[in-house]
Amino acid sequence: MKKLLIGLVLVNLLVACASEKPKEPVAAAPAPAPVVEAPAPAPAPVPAPVVEVDPLNDPANILANRSVYFPFDVSAVQEADKPIVLAHAKYLGEHPDRKVRVEGNADERGSNEYNLALGQRRAASVKKMLELGGAKASQIDTVSYGEEKARCTDHNEACWKQNRRSDIKYQ
Amino acid sequence: MALHVLRGMVGLLLLAQASLAGAVLSIEIIGAGENQIPLAIVPFGGDGKQARSIDEVVKGDLLRSGLFRLIDVEGKSPHDLAEVSYPDWQVRGADALVIGTVKVQANGRVEASFRLLYVVKQSELVGQAVSANDDQIRAVGHRIADLIYEKLTGDKGVFSTRIAYVNRQGKKFSLIVADSDGYNEQVVLAQTEPIMSPAWSPDGSHLVYVSFETGHAVIYVQSLYTNQRIVLANFSGSNSAPAWSPDGKQLAIVLTRDGSSQIYLARPDGSGIRRITFSNTIDTEPNFSPDGQSLLFTSDRGGSAQIYSMPVAGGPERRITFGEGNNYSPRYSPDGKGFVYTHFVNGKFYIAMQDFQNGQVEILTTGGWEKKPSFAPNGKLILFASEARGRGILATVSSDGRVQQHMFTQSGDAREPVWGPHL
Repeated sequence: MKKLLIGLVLVNLLVACASEKPKEPVAAAPAPAPVVEAPAPAPAPVPAPVVEVDPLNDPANILANRSVYFPFDVSAVQEADKPIVLAHAKYLGEHPDRKVRVEGNADERGSNEYNLALGQRRAASVKKMLELGGAKASQIDTVSYGEEKARCTDHNEACWKQNRRSDIKYQ
Repeated sequence: MALHVLRGMVGLLLLAQASLAGAVLSIEIIGAGENQIPLAIVPFGGDGKQARSIDEVVKGDLLRSGLFRLIDVEGKSPHDLAEVSYPDWQVRGADALVIGTVKVQANGRVEASFRLLYVVKQSELVGQAVSANDDQIRAVGHRIADLIYEKLTGDKGVFSTRIAYVNRQGKKFSLIVADSDGYNEQVVLAQTEPIMSPAWSPDGSHLVYVSFETGHAVIYVQSLYTNQRIVLANFSGSNSAPAWSPDGKQLAIVLTRDGSSQIYLARPDGSGIRRITFSNTIDTEPNFSPDGQSLLFTSDRGGSAQIYSMPVAGGPERRITFGEGNNYSPRYSPDGKGFVYTHFVNGKFYIAMQDFQNGQVEILTTGGWEKKPSFAPNGKLILFASEARGRGILATVSSDGRVQQHMFTQSGDAREPVWGPHL
């Protein structure tokens, strides 16, 4: 696994950003830039504590992917997304102190209540795979938003496919 | 003919919350009933401003039912029986005539006395006075419209009943209670987390609903009189889809605490929770039959979302919707002879109705984003969520599918509507 050595300040910043928008790691990049330069002029006097970066905060790591997507009215994790879920499972297995909340969502087709149930099942199927991959049940909370917190609100497939989703959110 | 003027008072549900003044922008009526009754409504005499308000409500209600055609009253303005010349109205083709006057009493109450006259037989069908405080003037109009509707159609009027729905504006959600025509909106709950699935207690005193304010779906029961509320169910996962039994003694709810979404029964205080469906699939949207003995619900146990029925006491579940497409959100008709539901096929949502006896399915609407139907307590109209001009709106369709109305609220998207009971 790739390891990076960087300043503690930067680590903190990345930790703060990590839970926000995993699909857009680029968005988080501009902010830390000025901060990195600030401590640079005085490398010697500072004790300069260095830490290993958590792979969770590496935008290049598979763990940067926190969303898995589903076909219409389907709640089983798709082949393409299994490596993502299993990577999080492995990470959780190696970091028993970390907890996640899996949030299930649905597109607007169906009734609001059916979609709430479907979102719950999408969260549950991700939870199950996390457990199979090494995470403990106690590390995983699930919630469904159904179609209530749609990321995209147009009536078309381009939008719907973004909404048929489970998000793995580190707490 | 003897004159019987009965004294009536309008019983009003007084909500603790502030009203949003004039929040309905417009109502559009589409289609017409098959046999419309030609009715002349003479503008009420007496206090001009109040009389105009009442006229407007009475005419609006009756027109929206689709069962009446308003006859031109130009040039004639009788306000008492002595001023009525029946031949004038026969010539104009009116079967019935409404006359009346509005008085503001010393204590500020508004009293409207009206008569419904049957032109064909030259007789009086109703003579009554209806009164209310001046800030409840629309209620006077709804009550008069109910009495006229009842006499001329034989069915109980629903204009004085109320509806509940969720309004969504950006990230703001409000639970609203309004008059049957969408006016007189009262905010029951406003927040920035989603609200879903409001349902009425059978006596109209409480709403039960789902709110995400604590981060997940929790069921609350709230009094419309005191505004006080209790948590009905707050287990891990989702707590949702509440439905009250007709006797008010229990609710059917959906919990995921034991795995997938399953149906449970609970008392109105949240005690006595008992699971009644046992599948590994989604079972949701329970709705009690009017006799309280059966439930309709949505399940995907057969591979796609369809409607099923089961005895409340437990017993075999039976699939009752078939064919192409998915079906959701069943609600019994008040006479228990059929049910309405959301039908989804080829990318469109429709409001459909099925008769239990012959299994006949009738698609009532033209299709689009039409969801969550519920019957008016007289079974003649169905309220549902629709979409027009890019906004979520409230709509109704007559149970014969002939007349639709669209109610545009001032802003935001209206969703999850449900018609309340007679009070």
